[in-house]
Amino acid sequence: MALSGIQIFKLTPKKNCKECGCPTCMAFSMKVAQGAKQLSDCPYMSEDALAQLAEATAPPMKTIKVGAGDSEHSLGGETVLYRHEKTFVNKTLYATNLCSCMDDAEIDARLERLPQVDYERIGERMYTEFLNVNYKEGTDAAKYVEIAKKAAAVRPVILSVKDEAVAKAALDAVKDTKPVLNGADASNYEAFCKLAADAGVVLGVSGKDLDELYDTTAALEKLGNKNLILDVTMDTAKATFEAAVQVRRAALKDGDRTFGYPSIVNVNRLTDDKTMQEALVATFTMKYGSIVIVDEMDYAMALPLYGLRQNLFTDPQKPMKVAPGIYPMNGADENSVCLTTVDFALTYFLVSGELERSGVPCNLVISDAGGLSVLTAWAAGKLSATSVATFFQENVESKIKNRTLIIPGKVAVLKGDIEAKLPGWKVIVAPLEAVQLVKFLKDLKANGEI
Amino acid sequence: MPFNRKAHKFSASIGTVEIGTGDKAIKLGGENVMPFYTFDGSMGDGPKVGVEITDLGLDAEPQGVKDYYAGCTSFADIAKKAEAMPGGDFVVLRLAGGDPNGANKSTEELVAIAKEVSDAISCPLVVEGSKNVEKDAELLPKVAQALEGKNVLLMSAKEENYKAIGAAAALAYNQKVGAESAVDINLAKQLNVVMTQLGVSAQSIVMNTGSAAAGYGFDYTISTFDRVRAAALGQDDKMLQMPIITPVASETWSVKESTAEESDAPEFWGPVEERGIAMEVETAVACLVSASDAVILKHPKSVATISEFIKSLM
Ligand code: SF4
Repeated sequence: MALSGIQIFKLTPKKNCKECGCPTCMAFSMKVAQGAKQLSDCPYMSEDALAQLAEATAPPMKTIKVGAGDSEHSLGGETVLYRHEKTFVNKTLYATNLCSCMDDAEIDARLERLPQVDYERIGERMYTEFLNVNYKEGTDAAKYVEIAKKAAAVRPVILSVKDEAVAKAALDAVKDTKPVLNGADASNYEAFCKLAADAGVVLGVSGKDLDELYDTTAALEKLGNKNLILDVTMDTAKATFEAAVQVRRAALKDGDRTFGYPSIVNVNRLTDDKTMQEALVATFTMKYGSIVIVDEMDYAMALPLYGLRQNLFTDPQKPMKVAPGIYPMNGADENSVCLTTVDFALTYFLVSGELERSGVPCNLVISDAGGLSVLTAWAAGKLSATSVATFFQENVESKIKNRTLIIPGKVAVLKGDIEAKLPGWKVIVAPLEAVQLVKFLKDLKANGEI
Repeated sequence: MPFNRKAHKFSASIGTVEIGTGDKAIKLGGENVMPFYTFDGSMGDGPKVGVEITDLGLDAEPQGVKDYYAGCTSFADIAKKAEAMPGGDFVVLRLAGGDPNGANKSTEELVAIAKEVSDAISCPLVVEGSKNVEKDAELLPKVAQALEGKNVLLMSAKEENYKAIGAAAALAYNQKVGAESAVDINLAKQLNVVMTQLGVSAQSIVMNTGSAAAGYGFDYTISTFDRVRAAALGQDDKMLQMPIITPVASETWSVKESTAEESDAPEFWGPVEERGIAMEVETAVACLVSASDAVILKHPKSVATISEFIKSLM
């Protein structure tokens, strides 16, 4: 929350010594409030005043880092509740589940399947970022530590464990990988606070309801621990949904710093049904989960989920773009026909989807059009006969032997101009809508035109 | 010190539109909170689930849909089966075959199918047109006339044809009308304004503010939902307080994630049907937690799951 100049002035030494470059402490305070000066520009601020100011100017929701080295991830740090207000900062990340109640074969099978879902979508790597290692009360502690070690070798882990001794043993083994120790609650928070602090890891806090979660979090802060994640999973989907929303809203709208932390939602504890897990993981991606834990992630769950997440967390001011280049479809090679369109991600997806459905081998050529749709790019001069001709001469002619080019129906007017600027090419105009491409291409093929 | 819950109450609420007749009639809308924020206020009767069937029969449907309707030999059979689908609240007949660029079925043929379907069921019915604006301007008024008294929802009136569809559906035959605009809050509002100027009452309008499959430009869908609800509830904008209905199945079952057979798909993608269901379910959920008062689905597994999902959050 921003402080006013007056509020800052009250904390200055009021010496008016001008060492900060301002004529008076009051003038200095005004500049700090506007962001034109830093508090550190005054050498006489007391420790106490600095601490008070730091607290007052801190962001409403902390950014918490989990994992080490290349596997480090940032969570939280959000400032708004809706994406159109301002871009969301840190996307929701996912974890799949391992448990000390599973036998070795099951653990190994899950670890073997884990890397199968790992692909790229519009420049973003899509995979499961974490492993949740759950300790079931009464199972072998040594086995839990072994699973934690195996898991931490491949992903940052969330140690979901409430037993102090087991937690300590697991931390001793994997603390260098910077896991989350997800186990503090009203009954054990003092011990867990110490465990997490000693190991230098983030502590996950839970409670049977929002009040208990709030009290325990406040108590941990009082002990000096502000490196926290709130596990908002409650007994039911309804209570969990309320907790996820209330925690985020209290922090961002009501200025309640105690709830100003990222959250964990363990969907796996709410339902065993895979399709319902798909529903809930999408829910808590939309509504404020920083990490969502599911049983396992397969492509069925992942494909819509990662697409949804990419849409949700994209900067609303910046259109999503695909990289310019030649995208061969249906086993196309240098002798296959070329089609061209713009680099606006949505256009690319719609067009490439239809091209795939047609089954006709073809090369989709994407040139840089500023991430705009066909008509907008054309109107803005980013898609023109010159831009297409130049791109083909520089990037396509040396790689593709076929000399037939299909252009978007919406810019049919460019046909003559492109033919003039690209000697040797035959230009065909596509239909207006992407959905008509399948029939169009099949017909061209049947008539021997391509 | 317990957590100090601050309820975020709105003084405005979403309007209520009733479709269907008798015991099985349903109310869309009526909430005065953001979706499922039951801790702030009322969600009305809660979001509803529609079961989509089309005039094109079952040949092109996914296996699980075909299996569900196995043995049906007429549109009346299919409609009865759709009404009986566990978790469904209403039936949606999509007259996709009317598209002049597709099967180009005649208006008479399609009206007859709509009549057959309507006569076979007692739950509320939504009739979607062909998406071709000229064809729908002719087709939907005829459907409205043929189903007079059934209180059906006709989708959709767009900027280009709202006069024909709005006048016939709502004014002449007292049906409900869906107002469909491109994904943009201003266009959504504009269409509601001109429809009401035409004389259609706000209680007869349901909005479709845009739909997409998750990952396919769904960012615009979400932000339009968020903005529409912020204006409707936060600023008491009467021209944006209509309940929202979102066709999901027709978007999600055509993207490659839902259509690529396992043998043609990248390694590990797994069975096509599971991918299709997940795409339908996850997209529907994203719509429901953003704004939608009703979603239109078609796979029995999706319908059952989403219905259960809604119950679990109410
Ligand atoms: S340096 Fe500090 S004490 Fe001196 S005038 Fe500036 S604000 Fe005041």
